[in-house]
Amino acid sequence: MLLGIYSLLMAGLWVVLDAVDVAFTEAAVGAGATTILMLLAIALTGRKEKRVRTRPWMPLAISLATAGLLVYATLGMPNFGAVDAPAQTHVGPYYLERGETETGVPNVVTAVLASYRGFDTLGEVTVIFTAGMGVLALLSGAYRRRRSETPDKPASGNEA
Amino acid sequence: MSDFLVLRVVAKLLIPFILLFGFYVQMHGDYGPGGGFQAGVIIAAAFILYAIVFNVGTARRVVPMNVLVTIACLGVLLFAGVGIANLIFGGRFLEYGVLSHNATHGNHLGIIIIEIGVGMTVAAVIMIIFFSLARRR
Repeated sequence: MLLGIYSLLMAGLWVVLDAVDVAFTEAAVGAGATTILMLLAIALTGRKEKRVRTRPWMPLAISLATAGLLVYATLGMPNFGAVDAPAQTHVGPYYLERGETETGVPNVVTAVLASYRGFDTLGEVTVIFTAGMGVLALLSGAYRRRRSETPDKPASGNEA
Repeated sequence: MSDFLVLRVVAKLLIPFILLFGFYVQMHGDYGPGGGFQAGVIIAAAFILYAIVFNVGTARRVVPMNVLVTIACLGVLLFAGVGIANLIFGGRFLEYGVLSHNATHGNHLGIIIIEIGVGMTVAAVIMIIFFSLARRR
């Protein structure tokens, strides 16, 4: 639930930053679909957590070190909205100037996503497809095995 | 099925408009914000709303799992197929310009087709994950 609220706030932030496409995705995927899937996953798992005997100092230290490194790395980033940042000087101007005439698509985000970075998008779609197939393979297999382990119940096909 | 009458009526009223909005986002992604990813999630959300308010079993009968798997596969194949078609027409992989006599038209056409492929895969996969998780309760 908190994740959903966070995603919705992020979507609002993207709108403020004029990144409407990202905001749209964040609101639909982050706030909508992910929240539902997370709630379903929570409903499937047990209510009680297994007692942990080991002390989590080592993972905690690694997490803190990684977080510290990432925060340190942000110090090297260019200032927000700086004109000489790599994002503004590399291929961005080319896409903005030529995108509409070359692709006939007024929305630059779609033009970059589907045309200039089409191979990336094909990879993303393949990732999503693989995720779906993975979930299907894992969950439907476990379901069938559990059904076959209880032979006293007659196998009824109308439940599946 | 949900016991709340208001919920059922409102869901029944809303679902066609959610689907319509999904298709609008899909086909209008080249002019406004949107595209295949968002449209796929919106279309999946309509079915998920139906499954939550009415019955997961009923929703699964509307879109059986093998149909969803077929749609997901077709989406990826459509995307990759456009790339292969470009190779056949004499271009490079995913270079849409060769699809039409005019390079700009070809680009536009290619983008619309692959967005449809993306939308099909995303909608089907979101529903596959939802139904896989939901049916075990």
